[in-house]
Amino acid sequence: MTEEIIIAGFGGQGVLSMGKILAYSGVMQDKEVSWMPSYGPEMRGGTANVSVIISDERISSPIINQFDTAIILNQQSLDKFESSVKPGGYLIYDPNGITHEPTRKDINIYKIAATAKAQELGISKVFNMVVLGGFLKLKPIVDKQYIHEGLEHSLPQRHWNLIPQNEEAIEIGKGIIEPVQVL
Amino acid sequence: MARELQLMKGNEAIARAMIASGCDGYFGYPITPQSEVMETLMAEKPWETTGMTVLQAESEVASINMVYGGAATGKKVATSSSSPGISLMQEGLTYLAGAEIPCLVVNVMRGGPGLGTIQPSQSDYFQSVKGGGHGDYQLYTLAPASVQEMYDFVFDAWDIAFKYRNPVLILSDGAIGQCMEKLYTRDNVARWTEEERRKNAPWGTWGKPATRNHNIITSLELDSARQEVFNHKLQAKYAEMKEKEVRFEALNCEDADYIIVAYGSSSRIAMKAMQMAREKGIKVGLFRLITLFPFPTKQLAEVAKRVKGILCVEMSAGQMIEDVRLATECGVKTEHFGRFGGIIPTPGEVLEALENKIIK
Repeated sequence: MTEEIIIAGFGGQGVLSMGKILAYSGVMQDKEVSWMPSYGPEMRGGTANVSVIISDERISSPIINQFDTAIILNQQSLDKFESSVKPGGYLIYDPNGITHEPTRKDINIYKIAATAKAQELGISKVFNMVVLGGFLKLKPIVDKQYIHEGLEHSLPQRHWNLIPQNEEAIEIGKGIIEPVQVL
Repeated sequence: MARELQLMKGNEAIARAMIASGCDGYFGYPITPQSEVMETLMAEKPWETTGMTVLQAESEVASINMVYGGAATGKKVATSSSSPGISLMQEGLTYLAGAEIPCLVVNVMRGGPGLGTIQPSQSDYFQSVKGGGHGDYQLYTLAPASVQEMYDFVFDAWDIAFKYRNPVLILSDGAIGQCMEKLYTRDNVARWTEEERRKNAPWGTWGKPATRNHNIITSLELDSARQEVFNHKLQAKYAEMKEKEVRFEALNCEDADYIIVAYGSSSRIAMKAMQMAREKGIKVGLFRLITLFPFPTKQLAEVAKRVKGILCVEMSAGQMIEDVRLATECGVKTEHFGRFGGIIPTPGEVLEALENKIIK
């Protein structure tokens, strides 16, 4: 099993930390992992993205340009990465702020209204975990118990009291993801 | 800290390895994409645990000269920077090599020339192994290709630096520096006691006992005849490194029709390209350089005898390829492929270059 993922959105949406929690959960489940962020001036208020690879085998290149799954959180990222999903792969997007829907016919497309749901429930801080939940519903590549350990390792100890809220958000995400186009 | 599995960035691994390997002092100045080295050191506060000194100097020029001063006493001293900062350190590096002072310098390369970009690049190969500063000197140069190697090579660097009384350079780039991967940490090595330091660095300026003359650390010698003798001594040291300290990794080279030669993050991309080529039925191997100086000349020449072509992959306009062609005495078709200025090539591009430039 090798899952190559891009997570892309605005800086501040928790894109990098979502990737880190996913990667750390993979480590806890004894998988090989890599986490490769975009870095630089584009991170300040602009777009942020991270490639995460989780695999049963040694990872060759942490730098990739074709993905099994693209998790897209804004229009710029959709424009940039829609074409990078492997044929037959998955595109998950939050419709918040999306003006042009994805158009590819050879990939699976799912929608997750995580921004709206998180606002409605007053849990905007864990919006990214709602998105992660949606992804894990489609691709259960790491088990629940390891996500818990991943959260413990990714969050400073003073924030461990927030872990149940993060886990709850993941469950909410699993419930609200909906298919747009399934091959 | 005992052996433990963690997820961390390459830059963080460098900093943690410095602390864990008994480093006495770090002097540096922030620059992207290696700022996490000093950030991690400052967050870990090793001065409260191991007693290691960490200081943000006023510039890279100051940093490297602080390294000179600290390391001249036989202590384990390190600095790190990225390309433009390393350029500023070149005078200090030739003085360190000329004064035979062991130390560790880490370059997390970014795109140049000039101030360039802050994205990954590998265009400092010439600077690293062909001089950089003036005079006939060499830095023992290690090129890590993973976060684990960023960590492990710090430990290896001290062994080489003190064995040969020579500066060691870890030549990395922004991709490996910023990437997070799994890392197994090691048991901490204690900093040398005063007694150990006197034993391991008898040449150091740690105070003159009545039993010997002054230890003098300098790179100045006004008598040309003596300077020539000293240069012979340096060259003998470099020859010994070439003989004993070459490191490389040959993957799938035994049955390969073509090989890719690369180091650092390019070698990771090349590994993926190799796998893609093998899936298409093209027998491709990867010859990964671990030491850039000493270059694995003999070992590469041996592999090259059996192949039809070599693709050199480097995030530069083509620097390492010169040493590849020298090693093979241009006996086999050898071409360069690279992106530069901070652009990272993709595995697909590397495979395409292999097919178009070498196989076609």
